[in-house]
Amino acid sequence: MSADRHRYVSTDRRVREDRRFVVGKGQFVADIDLPHMRHVALVTCPYPAARIKTIDKSAALAMPGVHYVLDGHELAEATLPLMTGLDTPNVPRRPLATDVARYAGEWVAAVVADTRALAEDAAEKVRITYEKLPFVLDAEQAIQAGAVLVHQAHGSNVLLDKTFVWGEVEQDFKDSPRHLSLRVKWGRSATVPIETFGVAASWDPWREMLDVYASIQMPRYADQISIALKIPVTSVRVHHDVDVGGSYGVKRGIKHTVLCGYLTRRLGFPVRLIEDRLENMRGGDAHGPERLFDVDVAFDDNGIVRSMKMRALENVGAYAGRSPFQLGKPIGAIVGPYKIKSVQYRAVAVVTNKTTQEAVRGFGQGPTNLALERTMDEVANALGLDRLEIRRRNMIRHEEFPYTIPSGTTYDSGDYHTVIDKVLANTNYEDLKKERDRLRADGKLAGIGIAACLEPSGGNATFEALLNPAITTSTFMDSCRISVDGMGTITASMHTTSSGQGHETLLGTVIGEVLQVDPDSIRVTRPDSLNSLPSGTPVGSRMAIMLGGAAFHAAHKLKAKLTTIGAHDLGIPLERAVYKDGIVSDRDAPQNKRSWGDLVQIAFRNYHRMPDGLEPGLAVSHVMQVPTGGTLPTPDGRVQMYPCFSFEFHLILLAIDPDLGTPEILRYRVGHDCGTVINPKIVRGMTMGGIAHGIGAALYEEFAYDGEGQLMAQSFMDYLLPSSREVPAVEIIQHVTPSPNTVLGQKGAGESGYLGAPAAVANAVNDALKPLGVSINTLPLKLSKLGDLIAEARAKKGN
Amino acid sequence: MRIELNVNGTLHEIEVEPRTTLLDCLRDLLDLKGAHAGCEHGVCGACTVLFDGVAVRSCLMFAAQAAGTPITTIEGVTPGPGELSPIQDAFCETHGTQCGYCTPAMILVAHALLADNPEPTRDQIVEAISGNICRCTGYAQIVEAIALAAERMRGANRPRSLSK
Repeated sequence: MSADRHRYVSTDRRVREDRRFVVGKGQFVADIDLPHMRHVALVTCPYPAARIKTIDKSAALAMPGVHYVLDGHELAEATLPLMTGLDTPNVPRRPLATDVARYAGEWVAAVVADTRALAEDAAEKVRITYEKLPFVLDAEQAIQAGAVLVHQAHGSNVLLDKTFVWGEVEQDFKDSPRHLSLRVKWGRSATVPIETFGVAASWDPWREMLDVYASIQMPRYADQISIALKIPVTSVRVHHDVDVGGSYGVKRGIKHTVLCGYLTRRLGFPVRLIEDRLENMRGGDAHGPERLFDVDVAFDDNGIVRSMKMRALENVGAYAGRSPFQLGKPIGAIVGPYKIKSVQYRAVAVVTNKTTQEAVRGFGQGPTNLALERTMDEVANALGLDRLEIRRRNMIRHEEFPYTIPSGTTYDSGDYHTVIDKVLANTNYEDLKKERDRLRADGKLAGIGIAACLEPSGGNATFEALLNPAITTSTFMDSCRISVDGMGTITASMHTTSSGQGHETLLGTVIGEVLQVDPDSIRVTRPDSLNSLPSGTPVGSRMAIMLGGAAFHAAHKLKAKLTTIGAHDLGIPLERAVYKDGIVSDRDAPQNKRSWGDLVQIAFRNYHRMPDGLEPGLAVSHVMQVPTGGTLPTPDGRVQMYPCFSFEFHLILLAIDPDLGTPEILRYRVGHDCGTVINPKIVRGMTMGGIAHGIGAALYEEFAYDGEGQLMAQSFMDYLLPSSREVPAVEIIQHVTPSPNTVLGQKGAGESGYLGAPAAVANAVNDALKPLGVSINTLPLKLSKLGDLIAEARAKKGN
Repeated sequence: MRIELNVNGTLHEIEVEPRTTLLDCLRDLLDLKGAHAGCEHGVCGACTVLFDGVAVRSCLMFAAQAAGTPITTIEGVTPGPGELSPIQDAFCETHGTQCGYCTPAMILVAHALLADNPEPTRDQIVEAISGNICRCTGYAQIVEAIALAAERMRGANRPRSLSK
């Protein structure tokens, strides 16, 4: 659907949230000062594995202004372990370690004091003695027989090892003349928002109410707090009107919240824990995937890929929450945009003595896309075919949609070849190759990077049931409530926090569109969790589809009610009543009409003019089910997890200084199709931010560990986030293939850019290295690594 | 210790610990919450304020060091309740913000840049904000906001006959 069919949707409107942010009036968790609030700092384990022998709190407690030192045993006695996704009862996860700490930086004790600075001082005075234990850091070592066990009681380091076979894999391999194997590694990085995680909690024992203010993006947050603290969820009030300073998946601070929830109940005053950057990067449990892929593909002489075997080995760190599920989401787009007939997929999640992993933008799709796209390049190289041509040959064609892939997912819509054509119309591929070759002639290492990939969006989280049959969840709702007040103004509500995605703008735009009223006249609120309708939170690129869908349906309910009232008051049959611009008129006699004010007057004050059986007032709501949701996976693991599939095609030119190894992206074009764009400014920002984030994952960012199990990246001087200097100018070429599964044809865009940029960069680097006869498949492609690789290759070649 | 701070044109006499950073002082003692803690080691720039017109990191400076020098925070460049400066308005126009956490600092950096250089090139804008990390936007719409603000501010100061 294009802009001319809409009044507000797809038009270049401002984002209403921006006004408060540009004046510094966002309300972030660290801006919330509760009366009599005290502050938490943490005492952490310095070893990757250690038995906690003694904890001496006396020196800390003797300091004036220090109120409490909490250890793991006290907390474990009073609370239940945190919720996990897989059924692994012998791998309990708790906010504070009890007998054994399992990674360097794990929280062992929490100190509460009048100020954060004082709490930090006191944390240094808590004396803990440890017995060092053997540890394991590498996932491949962790799965070996006889490996050091991270959790003794579990009996193994493997949390999940599940193999799926979809189609005639062995036969297809046998029938294919060519095979190729590839090992690709996605390095341990994360989204690392500029605001760390924070939570403030306050318990009122007389009202039996725990008020929670948090920088959170977590499905079932209130439920999880309630379960762990053993209080009814009606005693947990999560305030959704807290602005979250970036998340992109990782702000899941359940352990922080349970810790603070316990402390405020134990101590009788509000407590707050705001991570400092070290806590955030080390003990905050916010690392992303660290995934090793072994890929085998079978293809023919024309480069048509017929079958694929993929093993993904995920190092989830010391404990697991939802993170192993990140191996499940990619099943919904396991063949990317390609017509691969059969697939074997083995998903393995292991624990090691590293920081615990959390959800990261794309929920595992980015690493999988990297493996797929590196493979497509290598197939082309093996045949001496052009890498773009290979992709075109294998891609699903526009007329083949809806298209069902081997893992049972039906892709809604797409026009991949047209998107590529549009990008090439902008940037001539042959000219780009010439430019690369000119750079090479000038002594640079230069390469073209291509990546095409999908962004599954709007999901119903069926990866839970897929990887853990004990879970039978087949929905992942979102909701909207709209009410018109007695003065005729409109208020709409959403029921989760946001972290920069512009959801208030989304609601205003969609409701304004349906009701044909100015979106800026619509107030958008965020009631607390006790006053909320179900919301799955803004994960999985779902809010345009799910919250947008809920708003759309709720607005239509309101419109229907207004029309019914108008028709009745006009004394005409409903089918003759026409709603336009908030006015209901008689189709056959348009001069007979009821204005918005008239309709509000009837609904609020003139019940005698209301149709029989209609509720007074103007309040509607809609709880949205995931389009295409509602079914569980089949026993052989075929599943429809996501209703919509956005497409992106990256084309870049990159040069590497052959002496320093410094990569520089010279050109960046991306074709993007997320169906109907509701707000162009927001979608562009998401895509640009995703690309920057992807460049970081590809070239700079890594939670590297040394051989002693210590995290080496403990500050922003070691963990390198791309600055404006590292992010090139990017041209986005937007295309619109509407989804048939959504109310406006929209698809998700929250993970766009990030899902393809790392593959594009990795492919460009490998193209650049090709003349040297070397390749690299381990992210991040750090300058030091590239420099060494190039020097070695040149030395071998003797130049 | 007792210090006197000149923040946004107002003198404040306050009691601080010697180790209190300017950032904590602004946020906790003066209730100016627009400066944000990001890394607290001088890399991300989210705590940026203007120190005699120059963009500095308030997390790397003790409050006591700031005594006697005019400090401007995001609250100080906002013209009035409900009003936006041309730079703030330009950030809204291009959507040069998402989560809003790095935004006040970016805007202060833009103020410092445009005060010195009313006609910056793209590269000069990129350089000016290169010490401030934004994790949401990929910077494109921030660069555009600053360029747009520069253009509008130049236009605003020209007699009509000279305007393009």
